[in-house]
Amino acid sequence: MFKKLEITCDEATTICDKNQYGEASLLDKIKLNNHFIRCKICVLYTKQNTMLTKIYKGKAKADQKYKATLCMSNEEKEKLRKELEKLRA
Amino acid sequence: MNEPTTVVHKLDPNKWIDNYSDYLYNYAIVRVNDHDLTKDLVQETFLAGLKSAKNFEGKSTERTWLISILKRKIIDYYRKINSKKGQAEIRMNFYEDGENEGSWLEERVPQSWDHEAEKKIETVELHNQIDDCIDYLPEKYAMVFRMKTIQEMETEDICKELDITPSNLWVIIHRARTQLRKCLEDNWFNN
Repeated sequence: MFKKLEITCDEATTICDKNQYGEASLLDKIKLNNHFIRCKICVLYTKQNTMLTKIYKGKAKADQKYKATLCMSNEEKEKLRKELEKLRA
Repeated sequence: MNEPTTVVHKLDPNKWIDNYSDYLYNYAIVRVNDHDLTKDLVQETFLAGLKSAKNFEGKSTERTWLISILKRKIIDYYRKINSKKGQAEIRMNFYEDGENEGSWLEERVPQSWDHEAEKKIETVELHNQIDDCIDYLPEKYAMVFRMKTIQEMETEDICKELDITPSNLWVIIHRARTQLRKCLEDNWFNN
């Protein structure tokens, strides 16, 4: 039965990545925890990955705020307006 | 009893730039993260809109219709970068075959991080470093990672938008995150 729960480090870290977005299934999480018993490297990966998620979330917040302020310049819009007018003429 | 009235929307290309250029720009910039490319996509969207204006049936709003054109432009761009040869390769982190298949490659095993660097996680410099590391990813990996992690989009929506399966998406996210972790370890945490 436990054989079925055995996964490789590649699979374990894939589940760990999925879990960062809250999208790992219960079975995935059981397999991951079973893998942790014998793999300290993946435990470290998970710890660091969780920290990176926190960092990425902070960046997402900052980026969304910043990008909402971005737009084309008036000159660029004017140029585009002329292109469209040319095409419609 | 009154019959329900159906609103028929009309196109007014004269007002497109004023009404929609910022909206379309914002929609695209978070996906492709490049000003010039975004500008081109917006321009192509308006041009394609003009060319196919006669096919507009008025069932959706002008904005929804223009966004659907922009979405197709983004998918075209995504397909183009996906098939482009010579793009940056993702580095493997695990043995791909043999008796160690799926185990960490020795040179890619995560190392402990410097505790001082771990404390500085809210800085602009770190955010810039993350951008640099994302730029080292192949474009399609960077795009999917940004949509899922930075723009916090739903898996289903990304798959629909980029025409990929959820398992494709998770492979891309996994490879992107393992590569980013290594890049940040080398350039920030243990620098």
